[in-house]
Amino acid sequence: MLKLLNHLKTFPQGGVHPDDNKLSANSTIEEIPLPKIVYIPISQHIGAPAKPLVERGNTVKAGQIIAVHEGFVSANIHASVSGKVGKVEEVMDSSGFKKTAIAIRVKGNEWEEGIDLTPNLIKEIKLEKKEIVEKIMEMGVVGQGGAAFPSHVKLSVPEGKSADHLIVNGVECEPYLTADHRLMLEKPEELLVGTQILMKSLGVENAIIGIENNKKDAIKLLKAKCKNYPGIKVASLKVQYPQGGEKQLIKALLNREVPPAGLPIDVGCVVHNVGTTYSVYQAVQKNKPLIERVVTVTGKALEKPSNFWVRVGTPVNHIIEAAGGLPENTGKVVSGGPMMGKALADITVPIAKATSGILIIPEYEAKRAQEYNCIRCGKCVEACPMGLEPFHMMLLAKKGFYEKAKEDNIMDCIECGSCSFECPSNRPIVDYMRLGKIMVKKLKD
Amino acid sequence: MSDSILYTILSLSALGAISAIILYFVSRKFKVYEDPKIGHVEEVLPSTNCGGCGFPGCRAFAEAAVNKNDLSELHCPVGGNEVMKQVAEILGLEVEERDPYVAVVRCSGSVEYRKKINNYDGASNCTIAANLYSGDTGCAYGCVGLGECVDACQFDAMYMDEKTGLPVVIEDKCTACNACVTTCPKEIMELWPQGRRNRKIFVGCVNTDKGGAARKVCEVACSGCAKCSDVCKYDAITIENNLANIDPELCKLCRKCVDVCDVHNIIAVNFPPKKERPPKKDKAPVKKEEIDIIGMVKKDQEKKDEA
Repeated sequence: MLKLLNHLKTFPQGGVHPDDNKLSANSTIEEIPLPKIVYIPISQHIGAPAKPLVERGNTVKAGQIIAVHEGFVSANIHASVSGKVGKVEEVMDSSGFKKTAIAIRVKGNEWEEGIDLTPNLIKEIKLEKKEIVEKIMEMGVVGQGGAAFPSHVKLSVPEGKSADHLIVNGVECEPYLTADHRLMLEKPEELLVGTQILMKSLGVENAIIGIENNKKDAIKLLKAKCKNYPGIKVASLKVQYPQGGEKQLIKALLNREVPPAGLPIDVGCVVHNVGTTYSVYQAVQKNKPLIERVVTVTGKALEKPSNFWVRVGTPVNHIIEAAGGLPENTGKVVSGGPMMGKALADITVPIAKATSGILIIPEYEAKRAQEYNCIRCGKCVEACPMGLEPFHMMLLAKKGFYEKAKEDNIMDCIECGSCSFECPSNRPIVDYMRLGKIMVKKLKD
Repeated sequence: MSDSILYTILSLSALGAISAIILYFVSRKFKVYEDPKIGHVEEVLPSTNCGGCGFPGCRAFAEAAVNKNDLSELHCPVGGNEVMKQVAEILGLEVEERDPYVAVVRCSGSVEYRKKINNYDGASNCTIAANLYSGDTGCAYGCVGLGECVDACQFDAMYMDEKTGLPVVIEDKCTACNACVTTCPKEIMELWPQGRRNRKIFVGCVNTDKGGAARKVCEVACSGCAKCSDVCKYDAITIENNLANIDPELCKLCRKCVDVCDVHNIIAVNFPPKKERPPKKDKAPVKKEEIDIIGMVKKDQEKKDEA
């Protein structure tokens, strides 16, 4: 009976269980000194890059808009520090490609007027439905879970569709990362107000905050606090990767399945990350644009795994210094978590709005193991949360049968890496899945 | 005993005869007429099914040639002019001779010139690497070096040079089927006219970054300095996006540009080594230098005026 009561929800198909390694779970979010120079990329989101508004030599204040969105699926970019604008040139960003960025030489710490920097909690939501979306758009809020999808787009429900549930994603299923966990522990009230704002703008009455059961303290705290906020529930979930994926989370919480190539809104849901929800609170209640976020800096060999408040555009090596410096036996520096994160080609790249963590992997763990032939064991099929056949699709992509791969729904792949993680032959399955997806997209053109 | 044998033979022959009649009518009824020329054309084609002509295999090319009854847009790069002549003979058509092409590698950024700044550890496939990030050297334009073009080549006409880390085309084997060109994610492979006596001159770089940035990551990168286009008498060299481009149709293979290139990255293939000229008399070079300096100053001024 006890076992039955303790039965926690999760998604039914696939999934893997990598080691948790949440080394920085107990370190509070700290402020770090500002760097000397920041590089703010004008394309930190999915969609069209923003258009720069400043030129070399201009003086800017923190929170001032420096690049304006172009088109609806785009986001405003704000100066994260005060100082003088340097070159607007192409620099390497965390994606590994050179993209236009605005350099700002830091001078002092002045803020744009009208931004409320006090820690006071404002519960009353004054803005109306439409005004909230406009405000979020103006403040350049994007999804902070990893994909950096502009939040105002998600909140603008297309005609003919309606939402009945808001899901706040506090799953943080990636090993090592603790940014969302710490945020939930340290800013619970702000999060709940942010959730209410999102509920109001969507016109929904139910919100669920999904949290994995390895963050018991956060679940307990939010469960206690949410009693004062009608309509908000906290659901604890069984630990399983990739539960933080939108589709998996909806399946786990509401048992609804998003159709292939569909969006959560097709099944009446909108999913927002806790980081995004906090930024929404800051934007709507405090008039503060998204220029600062929590970044986990972690790694087994790192002296002091920590969580920091980091201004957007801060070079990665600056925050590694703050966490005790780069260890000697570093093999890889990854932006994001170990499962879906991307190794950095250069550690001077700037932190973007969607960078949730910096993971330093020691040399002995960084190298890929020797690749062997596929033995058709089917472990990748079992692990795939989308119900695909990764071993088969890898071969299709490798041999160039892209049309066949498209028929077999390769585009449903969420690139979570569960297949590569489980493969006993160490095959780079997810790499080839990505290749297949790129080529199928080219086929369409 | 003999009866049973007789019956067997008779019944089987009857069965055979009936089947033959049925088959005869069925084949008449469902006969598909095919131009016998298609078969003849297919026979003269090289049967490599490489797809270099733009059709999926030699059979499809033969069908297209017969059905269109026009060879002006069709060309088999593998068979070349000889095969096309034979095809034209079969079809009773005329065909224009085309210049033969050969693939060239437009990147000279070997391991020596283009230093690695990180190590790629992903799947050994150029397209995957190129879509993942800008590469393990600072150059986002040059060869990835994982040899996808070599895998794509069906004629064993390419290999990876281990010393330089770059692919090499064996010209005698290359059929200009275009497979490497379409495979390369960085678009450094290019089909180039084979040229008189197989000689050709091309720029071994596709980096369109500004001069300084390009040279920073690769010692032999083209900076678009325009020395080559200035020296070219035939206007065969254009500078676009900080990159020199030689038009093979205008190029007269004089090799003047090869000498002036600072980074020796205008590649001249199959030329005999240059004869050393007899040393000039003492006075002449001094004068030349003076003239050059004046010319340079003038040019500088002109440029400033323009700016």
